Amino acid sequence: MAYNLKEIVANKPSRFTSGHRMCAGCGAPPVARHIMRALKEDDHAVVATATGCMEVSTFIYPYTAWTDSFIHTAFECAGATLSGAEAAYQSMKKQGKIDNTTKFIAFGGDGGTYDIGLQSLSGAMERGHDMVYVCYDNGAYMNTGIQRSSATPKFADTTTSPAGTVIPGKMQARKDLTKIMAGHHIPYVAQSIGYMNFKDLYEKAEKAIYTEGPAFLNVLAPCPRGWGYPTDMLMQINKLAVETCYWPLYEVVDGVYHITYKPAKKLPVEEFLKPQKRFKHMFKPGNEWMIEEFQKEVDKRWQELLDLEEITNRKTEE
Amino acid sequence: MGIRERLSGNEAAAIAMKQINPDVVAAFPITPSTEIPQYFSTFVANGTVDTEFVAVESEHSAMSACIGAEAAGARAMTATSANGLSLMWEMIYIASSLRLPIVLSLVNRAVSGPLNIHCDHSDAMGVRDAGWIMLFSENNQEAYDNTLMAHRIAEHKDVLLPLMVCQDGFITSHSIENIELVEDEKVKDFVGTYKPEHYLLNEKEPIAVGPLDLQSYLFEHKAQQAEAMKNAKQVILDVSKDFEKLTGRKYGLFEEYKLDDAEIAIVCMNSTAGTTKYVVDNLRKQGIKAGLLKVRVFRPFPGEEIAKALSNVKAIAILDKADSLNSAGGALFEDVTSGMYVNNVHVPAVNYIYGIGGRDTKSDDIESVFKDLLEIVKTGKIDNPYRYLGLRKGGNK
Amino acid sequence: MTNINSKTPMEEMTIGGDIYQAGNAMEFKTGDWRSARPIFLSEKCKQCGLCFPVCPDNAIPVNKEQKREDFNYDYCKGCGVCAKTCPFGAIEMKEEGV
Repeated sequence: MAYNLKEIVANKPSRFTSGHRMCAGCGAPPVARHIMRALKEDDHAVVATATGCMEVSTFIYPYTAWTDSFIHTAFECAGATLSGAEAAYQSMKKQGKIDNTTKFIAFGGDGGTYDIGLQSLSGAMERGHDMVYVCYDNGAYMNTGIQRSSATPKFADTTTSPAGTVIPGKMQARKDLTKIMAGHHIPYVAQSIGYMNFKDLYEKAEKAIYTEGPAFLNVLAPCPRGWGYPTDMLMQINKLAVETCYWPLYEVVDGVYHITYKPAKKLPVEEFLKPQKRFKHMFKPGNEWMIEEFQKEVDKRWQELLDLEEITNRKTEE
Repeated sequence: MGIRERLSGNEAAAIAMKQINPDVVAAFPITPSTEIPQYFSTFVANGTVDTEFVAVESEHSAMSACIGAEAAGARAMTATSANGLSLMWEMIYIASSLRLPIVLSLVNRAVSGPLNIHCDHSDAMGVRDAGWIMLFSENNQEAYDNTLMAHRIAEHKDVLLPLMVCQDGFITSHSIENIELVEDEKVKDFVGTYKPEHYLLNEKEPIAVGPLDLQSYLFEHKAQQAEAMKNAKQVILDVSKDFEKLTGRKYGLFEEYKLDDAEIAIVCMNSTAGTTKYVVDNLRKQGIKAGLLKVRVFRPFPGEEIAKALSNVKAIAILDKADSLNSAGGALFEDVTSGMYVNNVHVPAVNYIYGIGGRDTKSDDIESVFKDLLEIVKTGKIDNPYRYLGLRKGGNK
Repeated sequence: MTNINSKTPMEEMTIGGDIYQAGNAMEFKTGDWRSARPIFLSEKCKQCGLCFPVCPDNAIPVNKEQKREDFNYDYCKGCGVCAKTCPFGAIEMKEEGV
């Protein structure tokens, strides 16, 4: 069925309610809400979160912003926690103890996913649980006050990789988690963002939820406070992330890469960097090399993706 | 009545789990408890249980998965030892605070470092304040029996706390002994089915578990846990009484062995109690009134009952198979002596740290403790209440 | 209604911090966080739908006719993402209390 945003929003009540306490303009709630909307209305869900912004602002006792069942245990184990719930479902279903259809969705920030929770996520994916793990990637440990993570882009100024007079911000490039997950050879892996009418995100969420077996979604979710841009610019930042190919939109279906959006004209990455205070030092005279290096890295990764798309599709055609 | 068998402690625990037939088992191998998930995987592979076995990638994930499963409405079990329990530590607290009656088989082993795979109780002592019910087992039979009673205790509506059944690594886990098993059908009836009131998989009542619980609420939630732990004492006694009806095997909060008229007594847990019973019998033959108090229920701690049971003894030695490294004494020593103090029982008491890292504790060692107690009774003096048993030490003793 | 608050005695609180009324965060109003207020200029609105999904607080109600209605100020935190997203200038941000 063709994607119709108005129909979806009008007919599917939000399963992630108002009254949560994430910051004004946070990029994560629109992502989580739209992913939850991809569930069939009659299907029940168990949502798990890693400790992080989303957890501490959506379930502050005695208020929960989730209309489905929800569990949070700790920072590094959303994958394992949810895999236990999924195992319970499989077992109880097999024994005839329950008869409903339940879907399992985990949300973790880049701290809980790229870093401290990577082992637990990897284990859950490898074991083949029928669940979706969503990383809302805001590129640093925002909940504890903007410390660098392995998802933080190179040169970004964070509170543990400050742009100083000797060291100009974070000195390491970003880990490519989506490819690490593709390396698990699970049925569905995708990278998305809230862009335009959110079609890309919705369709990928729907596939992830309703593909049997483990699925992983990596979704960029800007943080106005951590990135240093005015709260109202969320959608402009998202657009620049996509149009500069800093955050390519693609999916890996049974090992085959499909780039779901190719910008007609790839914008220079400095357009994405410029509105963000965390990259401000890169625009000082004498620091042009930083922008050049950043651009090179973006180009290299984009080309690698184009190559992967070509190679993996060629194989299936043969 | 019952089925006669010869099993190791690990086999006994695994067979109890098979008979309980939990919905989910999530475990990661670690010596000396590895055999439990191994045996259990065979039951799963052969379809003798309905369980989903989650072969997790770490103990942290094992406990996380058990939490997810139990919260979802399932009966979840796991097994571990030493560093495995240490890695679970964060989740151990979360399991009890979320009030999930998970059952864990803990095969006691020394926590690193340096690395050692043999028995002591440093793993269990590391989680003694975590809000788990902790049952200790002298031998294979007790490890089996405690496991069969575990769910009835943990899942009781006045309790709802996780429970661990402890037994000594290698000493009982790998020793084959005679055991009497309960028939499968009788176990099924005894254990019953798990019917949680609220659970994640109930689509008619979606629930939220594991909030951010701030200053206005955490204190009350912790006090609720403390209340549940107090309630557990009576529930353990009630379940044990039912178990006695089923098997004829009697269990209390602790076992008193020739303690009635004892003048000197040892307090200890797990397999050392077996050695102590042997020594008590020998000493009795020599006319020495020795006795034993073997703690079965370490959490909730029956301080008042223990104090009462020890009130007529003239000197007590409390044996700790883990050192608290606090320059004051081991955990069992502190609990027993504080229980005595607040209940106004004042008997000279000494602490022995023993058996660290699997150091053998023989009947001679236990006998030397009783001899020390006789000396204390005679002189009325305790030079040093914090002692070691079986430690090599140069210079003056 | 969630009848648990900072005066509730421990015996009346749910155990483990569980909540059995899913979605009850709706009882917690976040509108007072707002320092700027979005004004919906319905005459300029083409009902394109681009503002619905961007609102972090789900404060743009959409009716069964698939049309957006005025803001739900009980929850709107005033971030302004909707105003910046609207291609037709149908949302204006006004400073609160001015």
